[in-house]
Amino acid sequence: MGRILATRLLRLGATLFAVTFLSFIMTSLLPGDPVNAILGVDAPRDQETVDRIRDELGLDKPLPVRYVNWLGSAVQGDLGESYINRGQTVWGDTIVQRLPVTAQLAFMAIIIAVILAVPIGVLGAYRQGRWEDQTTSAGVQVALSVPNFITGIFLIWLFAVKLKWLPASNWNRISDKGLIANLETAILPSTALALTQMAIFSRLVRSDMIATLQENFVLSAKAKGLSDRYVLFRHALRPSSLSLATIVGINFGALLGGTVVIETLFAIPGLGFRLINAINQRDILVIQGITVFVAVAYVLINTIVDLLYTVLDPRIRKG
Amino acid sequence: MTVVGSDTERLTRADNAEPLLVVKDLKTHFKIDAGIVKAVDGVSFELERGKTLGIVGESGSGKTVLSRSVMRLNIASNVINTGSIRYDGVELIDKSSKQMQKLWGVEMAMVFQDPMTSLNPVVRVGRQLTEHLRYHLGVGKAESRANAIELLRSVKIPEPESRIDNYPHEMSGGMRQRVCIAIALACGPKMLFADEPTTALDVTVQHQILNLLATQQQDRFMTMIMVTHDLGVVAGRTDEIAVMYAGKVVEKAPTPSLFADMRHPYTQALLWSIPKVSQPKHTRLSAIAGRPPDLINPPSGCSFSPRCPYAQDKCREEEPPLVAASTPGHEFACWYPVGSPENQEAYDRNLAAGVAVTLAAEGRITATEELTSDIIAADLINDVIDISNDEVGN
Ligand SMILES: Nc1ncnc2c1ncn2[C@@H]1O[C@H](COP(=O)(O)OP(=O)(O)OP(=O)(O)O)[C@@H](O)[C@H]1O
Ligand code: SF4
Ligand SMILES: [Mg+2]
Repeated sequence: MGRILATRLLRLGATLFAVTFLSFIMTSLLPGDPVNAILGVDAPRDQETVDRIRDELGLDKPLPVRYVNWLGSAVQGDLGESYINRGQTVWGDTIVQRLPVTAQLAFMAIIIAVILAVPIGVLGAYRQGRWEDQTTSAGVQVALSVPNFITGIFLIWLFAVKLKWLPASNWNRISDKGLIANLETAILPSTALALTQMAIFSRLVRSDMIATLQENFVLSAKAKGLSDRYVLFRHALRPSSLSLATIVGINFGALLGGTVVIETLFAIPGLGFRLINAINQRDILVIQGITVFVAVAYVLINTIVDLLYTVLDPRIRKG
Repeated sequence: MTVVGSDTERLTRADNAEPLLVVKDLKTHFKIDAGIVKAVDGVSFELERGKTLGIVGESGSGKTVLSRSVMRLNIASNVINTGSIRYDGVELIDKSSKQMQKLWGVEMAMVFQDPMTSLNPVVRVGRQLTEHLRYHLGVGKAESRANAIELLRSVKIPEPESRIDNYPHEMSGGMRQRVCIAIALACGPKMLFADEPTTALDVTVQHQILNLLATQQQDRFMTMIMVTHDLGVVAGRTDEIAVMYAGKVVEKAPTPSLFADMRHPYTQALLWSIPKVSQPKHTRLSAIAGRPPDLINPPSGCSFSPRCPYAQDKCREEEPPLVAASTPGHEFACWYPVGSPENQEAYDRNLAAGVAVTLAAEGRITATEELTSDIIAADLINDVIDISNDEVGN
């Protein structure tokens, strides 16, 4: 057990290094000079000011050196400051502030998706080839092909404009307005995000479930006179949810960086919205900070999912 | 055991005139792309309460499909089930899955062919042992744990208190099959199907499991159908035997009559294929030359004719019906039954024509063969009785 943990940690360390290094390099390679962004393109400039800024930002040093310096501060929780909004730190004032918003969106999206996907997938497998399966499969196909901002626009039109049940945009923090007001602003964007996820998840559940239903232990459970529902949910579902667990983890990580469009559409002050702003402003350290953070979160979440496997399948526990 | 139905209740019910199970002209056909697989094709039998019927045949002869069909476990859109299955006076053939659920586990239960795959790998043994008990009989959680321990003890699993928290992969094959038997027994069924309960197990474990089944059957006055491809397994443990070939029963008789006077060439071939102790484990099935027939396009006439050493033109043209033999309850379907003068003539004719392949070619039969099937059978039955006495004794 100790050896397994050690190799896992080693692998995790290597992955984290690769991930941070690559996202650092890529954000550094973004076109456009941040000095221009800071000074404003049309502003009069003298070489001295430009050099001073470059020096301050460390832009004159070679990339690996910059990475090492950056990493050194990063592990101490210092991801630098915004170039544009001076004094606004990338960690404390940006990520820590905005992560809860994005994480809540992603989390709710995943929950909604799983809640919808499991029954749909199970139904499709149970009634494979019949009309129930054909109808849900067609629905899932549609959900898969609609981009989430279209879903978002539709949801806004229906629930905010037509029915006037929910606000069209904005975000209420739980700390300011309470849970209900928070959910009122969160439900539409997370549903918009959830639809695609639901489609992916239910397909996985369906195909894994079809395979599981062929297993002998399903027939023996049936031969005990247990109800179909019991056999499906209490015997067949767990062995059919290994792929689901993986993809839920992966997609949660991916959603942390994938809410950009929806956050923009709903004017939600999350990481994605901030990232778009930073990109427009060439605010390099903010871009780097958010990107690296999302990548690291993604890797960590996947590691946790790996560990979760052993809960789902006792046979792996030994290995 | 805290299960439904006391023995006295069963015994009085056993006085009823009608057999517990009456199967008439049962057919199970599978519609697949290549055509219709006639896996079970017109099987009839009756089974009295407390008795054991052995169903014997090679791999692919339809034993599993037959036993599942009798239990109505073969309900699917591509399966055509026809005929009649009367269980305890009730017709089952037109029952839906939902209606059958009330009978499964409680009235009839099955021990499946492969204990390695018939337990859920991600569910603890304890829940698998008693979930149907709780479901059907509303037994509470604490009580069902006690039941699970009791069940494991009754199938002789050591340290049942800790074993119930095991996952199946933490147990040996023999132990898993004991668990499967315990599961089948949990709700106290009247009718037990055992589908090759020992095929996947070591020879040493096989006898233990068979003896366990036998004692449990006696203790609980269960009616049993025992499926196997090994005549040796059913020889000392059944009241009646039905021999299956290509989805049909080709010979059926009370066990002693079958071994005393076997009439069907296929039964004879099966008997000769019983593994001798000196033979390696897997010689038994290859011992009958030729392949089992195509169930989609079976041969015309007698389906055994391509492999039968006595086959004549008539066999290839006309299907032999089941006819009564001299002893009551003994039936067979063959134009040239073993032991008859016609059979000897047919064999000599084939030998002269040089077509007596299969059995003869393997040197198992010669025209002057002294060793008759009766002698082998008598030996075999004695063997089995010896073994079971040994094991029941301890
Ligand atoms: N669902 C199905 N669809 C199509 N064919 C099937 C199906 N189930 C069984 N069969 C066919 O029915 C025939 C009989 O199979 P069955 O499993 O009953 O044989 P068996 O006598 O139990 O053999 P074994 O000793 O190998 O268990 C086989 O040819 C098999 O391919
Ligand atoms: S003798 Fe003819 S009828 Fe009898 S089993 Fe052989 S082929 Fe079939
Ligand atoms: Mg079988």
